[in-house]
Amino acid sequence: MGFWDAGTPCSLPKIYIPVVPEALSLKNINKHFGNLHANQNISLTLNRGEVLALLGENGAGKTTLMNILFGHYVADSGEILVNGKFLPKGSPKASIDAGLGMVHQHFTLADNLSVLDNIILGTQPIWNFRLQRKEAADKIMDLGSRFGLEIDPNFRVAEISMGERQRVEILKALYRNAKILILDEPTAVLTPQESRTLFKTLRQLLNDGLSIIFISHKLAEVLEVSDRIAVLRDGKLVLEENVSETSEKMLAKAMVGRSFKMPIRKDLPAGESLLALENVSVLSPDRGRVLDRASLSVNSREVVGLAGISGNGQRILADVINGMQSPNSGTVFLYGKKIKRFNPREMLVKKVGRIPEDRQGFGVVGDMNLEENAITEVYKNKDYSKLGFLNLKTRNNFAKKIAHEFDIRGVKKNSPVRLLSGGNMQKLILGRVLLQEPKLILAHQPARGLDIGAASFVYERLLDAKMQGCGILLISEDLEELLMISDRILVIHRGKIIEAGKADELSMTNLGLLMAGRQVNAS
Amino acid sequence: MRLEPRTEVSLSRFIFAPIVAVITSLLLCSGLIIWSGASVLEAYWMMLTGSIGSAFALAETLSRATPLIFTGLAAAVAFRARFWNIGAEGQLYAGALMVTFLGTGDMNIHGILLPTILFIGSFTAGSLWLFVPSLIKVKFQVDEVVTTLLLNFVMLLLVSLLLEGPLKDPMGLGWPQGAPVLESAELPRLFQGLRVHAGLIIAIILAIVIWQFQIRTTLGYEMKAVGFSRDASQFAGMRVGKILLITAFVSGGLAGLAGYSEVTGLKGNLTLDLSPGFGYTGIVVAMLAQLHPLGVVGSAFFVACIFVGADAMSRSVGVPNYIADVVVASSLLCMLVSMLQVKYRIRWK
Amino acid sequence: MDWFEILWTTSFWVAAVRIATPLILGTLGELVCERAGVLNLGIEGIMTLGAMAGWMSVFMGADLWTGVILAAIVGALMGALHSMLTVSLGLSQHVTGIGITLLASSITYYIYRMVLPEVTSPPRIEAFTNYPIPLLSKIPWIGEALFNQSPLTYLAFILVIIVGILLYRTPLGLAVRTTGENPSAVEAQGMSVIGIRTGAVMFGSALMAIAGAFLTMSAFNAFFFNMINGRGWICIALVVFASWHPGKALFGALLFAAFDAYQMRLQQVIGSAIPYQVFLMLPYLLSIVALILISRRVAIPQALMIPYRKGER
Repeated sequence: MGFWDAGTPCSLPKIYIPVVPEALSLKNINKHFGNLHANQNISLTLNRGEVLALLGENGAGKTTLMNILFGHYVADSGEILVNGKFLPKGSPKASIDAGLGMVHQHFTLADNLSVLDNIILGTQPIWNFRLQRKEAADKIMDLGSRFGLEIDPNFRVAEISMGERQRVEILKALYRNAKILILDEPTAVLTPQESRTLFKTLRQLLNDGLSIIFISHKLAEVLEVSDRIAVLRDGKLVLEENVSETSEKMLAKAMVGRSFKMPIRKDLPAGESLLALENVSVLSPDRGRVLDRASLSVNSREVVGLAGISGNGQRILADVINGMQSPNSGTVFLYGKKIKRFNPREMLVKKVGRIPEDRQGFGVVGDMNLEENAITEVYKNKDYSKLGFLNLKTRNNFAKKIAHEFDIRGVKKNSPVRLLSGGNMQKLILGRVLLQEPKLILAHQPARGLDIGAASFVYERLLDAKMQGCGILLISEDLEELLMISDRILVIHRGKIIEAGKADELSMTNLGLLMAGRQVNAS
Repeated sequence: MRLEPRTEVSLSRFIFAPIVAVITSLLLCSGLIIWSGASVLEAYWMMLTGSIGSAFALAETLSRATPLIFTGLAAAVAFRARFWNIGAEGQLYAGALMVTFLGTGDMNIHGILLPTILFIGSFTAGSLWLFVPSLIKVKFQVDEVVTTLLLNFVMLLLVSLLLEGPLKDPMGLGWPQGAPVLESAELPRLFQGLRVHAGLIIAIILAIVIWQFQIRTTLGYEMKAVGFSRDASQFAGMRVGKILLITAFVSGGLAGLAGYSEVTGLKGNLTLDLSPGFGYTGIVVAMLAQLHPLGVVGSAFFVACIFVGADAMSRSVGVPNYIADVVVASSLLCMLVSMLQVKYRIRWK
Repeated sequence: MDWFEILWTTSFWVAAVRIATPLILGTLGELVCERAGVLNLGIEGIMTLGAMAGWMSVFMGADLWTGVILAAIVGALMGALHSMLTVSLGLSQHVTGIGITLLASSITYYIYRMVLPEVTSPPRIEAFTNYPIPLLSKIPWIGEALFNQSPLTYLAFILVIIVGILLYRTPLGLAVRTTGENPSAVEAQGMSVIGIRTGAVMFGSALMAIAGAFLTMSAFNAFFFNMINGRGWICIALVVFASWHPGKALFGALLFAAFDAYQMRLQQVIGSAIPYQVFLMLPYLLSIVALILISRRVAIPQALMIPYRKGER
């Protein structure tokens, strides 16, 4: 079926005559936040029908640039042209009308509303008398079948998977006749196989006349999917090349600016068993078995990686080990002893170090200062309080020790830790955990959102802990990270845990299949 | 308009926040004074002299500030743990009921022990009255704002019921009022012939104790952490539910003590108009103090000045004394904006 | 008369619907605010202000419907202040709401005392009279209760339907509901979260003010101090009870009012064996019980009470 004869009349995009080859061009964009020069004189073009990859570390200025493009921020100076026409500044509406569509990394969907309602939100004038649900549903089905984005529009968003939510986001853009599609880290929530399907969809969209900006930090997939690559670093555009003229090495260097040595894992003979889960299940009233007879073991002197697509039960598994959640059935052994009471205090006393996934929400109390945050887990120990009275001196010394040994920068006296950067905040949490000399560490996405420097610092310290006899359970959605740090990898899918094998002997492909819930013959 | 988080914490901004808020509020309210035909300067001058212009006025203001320190502390303790106790009014009456129950001779408690028993009794009564909504909050996650508010109405009806029934003063000429407390239970006046009484001293001592409690004890630390982030506190091993219940216990008790101090120090017996909304005003007092216990003493004094001064102003220039409530309420709102300015920079563009 | 015979009397059902009217309007107003993600604890004060504004306008010579409209306008203005603080500035909805209640009621009393300095017994006005709807009001039993009521009662019923349709059948309602669930979804579509929330709070507050005006313009025909007497707080409990759904809010308000009307009649049947205060406590206690019962299974709007600041994640 061709493009022009497809579907209902309302699905036909507006016909326009290309006057310039550039679908989008940014000219000398500048943006300051206080002292921070977040975008420095950035000029960038996106040609019609191409995929432009936008690479950069966290904090390089990608998000700021996209926010300017979508009118959420106003640039201090610079112009944006869409199809040769100036884009009005600071108007999200104008950007959408001009044919820009964004698929955010953190989906902007309302979980309690239907897929349909999420898609049609804002597409009709707000004072219209009637929501055109019927017509919209037809158009969505049509778009879905044309681009391989099938989804039942009547499902509630809460009921569908992360991959399906991403389809909804893409459909949202297509429904608005987007001509330029921007995807922010789209593969973060997908298995390698699902990513492949996504790339196929993207190809179809290109054939249909769309242009795509692909934001990512995964070099391999960037090289695979894009036509041209632009790299941002510290707010500056440092590289813009056709993909054929780049290499992974060159891109990595452009992104980081200096060469970084990633820590290297050493094999150690695994020691005694620290943590063992046997057939642990957790039932949720509305989602059934979120953890389904999960078994795993972590021994001393090893890092066990747990791979899986987000939302497959990682959080609940972490909560069981954190002590935040009691399992409904099954047993958890810690150092060979069965755990009877599940609460965070119990785990802390038993020397389980915990690095939470959501560091701002769970890891620190953002409005308290460094000293107060240093002792959140230890204030009841006799060094830090007696008879219910705090010892402020040992508290302050402990905070100083963390800040010094873990190189926390940017702390002002009495200022709340929410003002720290993500990396420094994570160092605080890491320091608090490691200085308690844990025997077992649960690290849930410990490097998420960090720049390479901070991430490698975290890896290094975790590997050090392993050398000193710690057992570590690393839960992550980043396969590269898992393969780099872990000795052994498990995969979680729909609450079930499967042993995948030794990290050296695993391929991305096999891991991907396991993550999608398929059985693989041992490689 | 955009809010930009400030990257540094400024002590001076923190201290000036309430001053700016109060001045703004007074400026806004001068519109109402102009409407009544009075001169703004004269009216505010009357307010000032009427509240602190003479020893008598000052004593009146201090006696008015006393219950406000108690209810202000009650709100400050609870709000710091983000426990929204809006029921101090009811807890105040619970404390006063307990005083009437134990301290009027019916229970045959006499002598030196009586004040201590009444103190503990009214504290416990206030605590228990708040215990119900706090337990509902912890067990069923029912928002405490609505339940504490509704219980204020229940308490007033309960007081009315008891004052028309079992607790009615037989010598009260038929009025629904409680019997006077025994002389040994009365809090002494601080100065001959002036209404300011020892309750003020108790209130100030309590403010100091709570201040030290908050910065020095593990429990104070836990309450603060729980207030800022329930999730992070729980993750760090704190028992959030238990800490909230303890917070509620302290907060309710402090409000109960307001009832104790009013009955034994000022009124002598329990009536249905014992509190002209001290419980609600306590919220304003706590917010103006930015929840700092020592600040509560200062802001309670300020709020008392407004109320006492407004009475004087109303008598001399004919502005309805409800102006005091308007000033206090608008100070609260101005204070919220002012406190925001401490944390954020407001950019108009 | 026996305790159950009360249920068979027409006057009981008429009273229930009358008592329900301010609760329906207030609950509906609060519901609209909360659907957009804003808890409006200013309701008690806004109802007080609305009661005075409506009554005062008529007392000063305006006609009844003008009074209602004026009440709605001052309510909306208070709502605008509330949303300026909680929506634009993102301040605590709890403390701000209490502040709005304190401010609105104190201004109300100030104005009342300015206009009527020396009055001890509040003057009465020519209030709304019951308007029997032809034919329908002749239906036995329910006709009298549902179709021979104050025009404001009819307005309340109609508003339930209108708000229901607006919320579930129009682009505007979709935008409001999404704002209460995930404001960033709304922002991403180029709509203004602040605008939608402000609009919802102003509209909701206008309804609250009309709820208050019903009391002075259709029930008591005069303005008293403390006349709202916690009805606003009860409305907040009813919103939770109704799971944020207009239809269920209507049902909840009627059920609640029926209990209230019943206890008033029961008082007369039982006499002084039980003190009257016990009966007066029932509505408040009932609200708390309802909140506990419903707490386990509520579909609370996900963004309720969470201030939205643009660009903050």
